[in-house]
Amino acid sequence: MATVELRFSALPEHVRTARLVAAAVARRAGVDEAVLDEVRLAVGEACSRAVGLHQIGGITAPVKVSLIEEEKQFSIEVGDEAPHAPTGVRTAAAAAEDPDVEAEEDEMGLAVISGLVDDVEVTAGEHGGLIRMTWPTTPPPTAVLP
Amino acid sequence: MDLSLSTETIGDRTIVRVGGEIDVYTAPKLREQLVELVNDGSFHLVVDMEGVDFLDSTGLGVLVGGLKRVRAHEGSLRLVCNQERILKIFRITGLTKVFPIHTSVEEAVAATD
Repeated sequence: MATVELRFSALPEHVRTARLVAAAVARRAGVDEAVLDEVRLAVGEACSRAVGLHQIGGITAPVKVSLIEEEKQFSIEVGDEAPHAPTGVRTAAAAAEDPDVEAEEDEMGLAVISGLVDDVEVTAGEHGGLIRMTWPTTPPPTAVLP
Repeated sequence: MDLSLSTETIGDRTIVRVGGEIDVYTAPKLREQLVELVNDGSFHLVVDMEGVDFLDSTGLGVLVGGLKRVRAHEGSLRLVCNQERILKIFRITGLTKVFPIHTSVEEAVAATD
């Protein structure tokens, strides 16, 4: 099982919580301090995208975030349950929903993620999508017990 | 941290000082503020981002939307930002070519091109 797992209602106000938790777990896992800002941003982007997809699709299921500590690496998986139609269809639907929302936002989120994270995998199917991002870690020196 | 917004007029420029986090939750407030300013006839905006701790693509989308709105009135939208963590997001999305980014409000207010 993941080191920490988080499920939250697909509401924008919870994305910040996901960012804070992800950054805290990443720090503990030994992700470089200099990279934590990127972790925070990338997980926020992935969660915002998932929230958007759930809201547009009227999906009541929560967004799922798995924070996985492994040997020499730390991964974050953000899963949505939106059936993934071709991108063009989805952004057109999003634009129709609220003409004020930038149609490019979804792609901009993914652009930010791929610009930030070297190791990223995006998969999508009819039962939902998953963004997996991985960062290297440096193992902490001997654990200090309180 | 929530989003804080305040505005100030210097000559024909309207300075929008933004503080806190601009994300999927708070970005609509910034969008409303920009829309309101444009609707009220402020077409030359300077968005001061020095107090911003976090910016994501939703925030970028709002700024791009603001730029589109002011351009429809032959206006301008300039940014003030010196923070590397924020500037990086503009760079990786190619938006440094879209927004004039200044190091101070004074510089942005003085800019005319």
